[in-house]
Amino acid sequence: MRKWISLLLATVLTATVAVACASSSDTAAGGDAGGGESELTKVINRGSLVCGVNGQLPGFSFVDSKGEYSGMDADYCRAIAAALFDDPSKVEFRNLSAQERFTALAAGEVDVLIRNTTWTINRDTALGLEFMPTTFFDGQGMLVTNASGVKDLKGLSGKSICVQSGTTTEQNLTDNFRKQNIPFTPVVFDDEDALYSAFTQGRCQAATSDRSQLTARRKSLPNPDNYAVLDEVISKEPLGAAVRNNDSKWADAVKWITYSTFQAEELGITQASLAQAESSKDPEVQRLLGKEGTLGTDMGLPNDFAARVIKAVGNYGEIYDRNIGKPFTLERGLNNLWTKGGLIYSPPFR
Amino acid sequence: MEEHKVPLWRDDRFLKIAGQVLVMLIVLIVAAVIVNNVTVNFRRLGLNFGFGFMSNPASFGIGDSAIPYTSTDSFGRALLVGLVNTLRVVVFGIFFATILGIIVGIARLSDNWLVRKLASIYVEIFRNTPLLLQLFFIYTVGFLSLPRVADSVQLPGPTFLSNQGIYLPWPTGSARSLIALALLIASLALVIFFWQRRLKVMELEGASGNGYRNLLFGLGAVGLLALLFGLEWQAPAFANEAVTGGLHLSSEFGALLLGLVLYTAAFIAETVRAGIQSVSKGQWEASKALGVNSGQAMRLVIFPQALRVMIPPLTSEFLNLAKNSSLAAGIAYGDVYQIATTINNQTGRVIEVVILVMITYLTINLIISLGMNLLNQRVQITER
Repeated sequence: MRKWISLLLATVLTATVAVACASSSDTAAGGDAGGGESELTKVINRGSLVCGVNGQLPGFSFVDSKGEYSGMDADYCRAIAAALFDDPSKVEFRNLSAQERFTALAAGEVDVLIRNTTWTINRDTALGLEFMPTTFFDGQGMLVTNASGVKDLKGLSGKSICVQSGTTTEQNLTDNFRKQNIPFTPVVFDDEDALYSAFTQGRCQAATSDRSQLTARRKSLPNPDNYAVLDEVISKEPLGAAVRNNDSKWADAVKWITYSTFQAEELGITQASLAQAESSKDPEVQRLLGKEGTLGTDMGLPNDFAARVIKAVGNYGEIYDRNIGKPFTLERGLNNLWTKGGLIYSPPFR
Repeated sequence: MEEHKVPLWRDDRFLKIAGQVLVMLIVLIVAAVIVNNVTVNFRRLGLNFGFGFMSNPASFGIGDSAIPYTSTDSFGRALLVGLVNTLRVVVFGIFFATILGIIVGIARLSDNWLVRKLASIYVEIFRNTPLLLQLFFIYTVGFLSLPRVADSVQLPGPTFLSNQGIYLPWPTGSARSLIALALLIASLALVIFFWQRRLKVMELEGASGNGYRNLLFGLGAVGLLALLFGLEWQAPAFANEAVTGGLHLSSEFGALLLGLVLYTAAFIAETVRAGIQSVSKGQWEASKALGVNSGQAMRLVIFPQALRVMIPPLTSEFLNLAKNSSLAAGIAYGDVYQIATTINNQTGRVIEVVILVMITYLTINLIISLGMNLLNQRVQITER
């Protein structure tokens, strides 16, 4: 009798488990296939933005000894926070390595990834990311020692080249040297600091990365004058923000916050002249700053989001000059406005 | 009706079954949550699960590869290069760590004060600092401080040493060198066989063994000829500030191997010491009474008995060494884990790649365990 009861109970319990498992997976799958809540709503409800950045790269995102972030990527994180909360300090920065970044974004650890990330078709499609407008048009270059006398890629034949793992540069390097039939040995580092320390110790005869990064890094090496960035550019590296796929509300918000900095420069609105611009009669300026129309509220942002962004971080030109132009004396080049021969172009705010 | 007197919650048989059901339930729920989470997220991001991408061209270079590899080869091949690199470090690492560990372990019990103290200082330093720190130290302070490749040191051989690593003469992979290699191995095997045969004949039959001696000399000559001329040694050459040809053992490989050997040997030394101390003192005294000197006593009496105690903990040290080899990524050595993360980054196939890496390490460690278990069975006391 007792045995029978125990057996019955055991069976019932097992059955419950099976049913519970089956039903739980059903509801979860059903709920998520429907799309769920947009990241935009989540961020607004949370009251702060979680932004994935590099943290080791001067000019883009760099933590100083006081824990303060500086750089272009960091400023775009602040721009989003300013647009949503009118407070650029409502950003939680997360330092991510090149290896971690996509997993962190896909897993929802960060709301947006602004970590000098190159927009490629593979990342845009197979990786399930959505890329935002390019904020920095870069190209891959080579950092060499002046003593080596290397002037071009051919001079690197048979040499060792330090490269960071998990980057597009690793692939570009291989493709380019294969195309030109130059033999070389890659030495692949996980960590940027380890890479440049091995390079200065002479383990590799060249270090490769985006040219902006090399220029910035060169400045922080022990004797910057002993090193030079080669003129040759071996790839296109459009750097910008990225968000997860299938959330167009959030993607739209980040996209147009970025564009608003471009548009502001085009219209000549700076941090200093913002108050003056707000009383301008120009309908284009009026629309951008949210004085006229409902461009902001239509996509779930405050109507004056662009004004908030400009107040907090300035227009694109100001962001560029403050973080990259002045400290590293890097010409605007491709990163100039389209009206000045560059590629910075915003679709109309209309 | 007496059976109703024991309530259900105190019924031993019921509790046993209920306990098992509860554990089963927890395991099932955890598994279901994981599987569900993965499928939901795959669907949300519009990704598909599959291993088809492994045959796509890798298009990234690997600095250190023991098997032929170019960037046009597949991701699968790249992973294989990583696996060979890992196995290379693990096999040599276990070999050298065991030798060093046994030496240090015995030295810790030495009668000589200096030897004993040096051995304990070594063990304490390497056992109590993080391996990654040791690797960085050995790599940047040790190997990278060697002369730059432009001022490579040439050692006799010719061998070139620089902070890129060491270049050694090495046989080419031609058919002739393969035949010579086979000849060399065969003559070595025959030498061992006839050597033992000769000893046996001399001991048991009191024969001179001269015939065997001549045979051994002949075999030795054949082996030597094959070694020197048959293998077609390819010497590394220094030109244009770079070394080409020969066998290249990189600084990264050297630093990782040295780091793993020094770290693991410290643990093995403690295992060896414990094993030796577990053999009762009477065994030492008995050997002394039989007139055996201390070296022989260690080799013939104490160590074989200590081995029985040592092998199970040694197995864990070997397994640890195999797993610790994944720290290679920190010092730019292309082991299976580093290559896998690169593949993972270029394809975005995180789950698939992680599964592959887990299977790889699991297989390596199961093979090590199997080998050590067989060894363990052989050294156990055979009771009569």
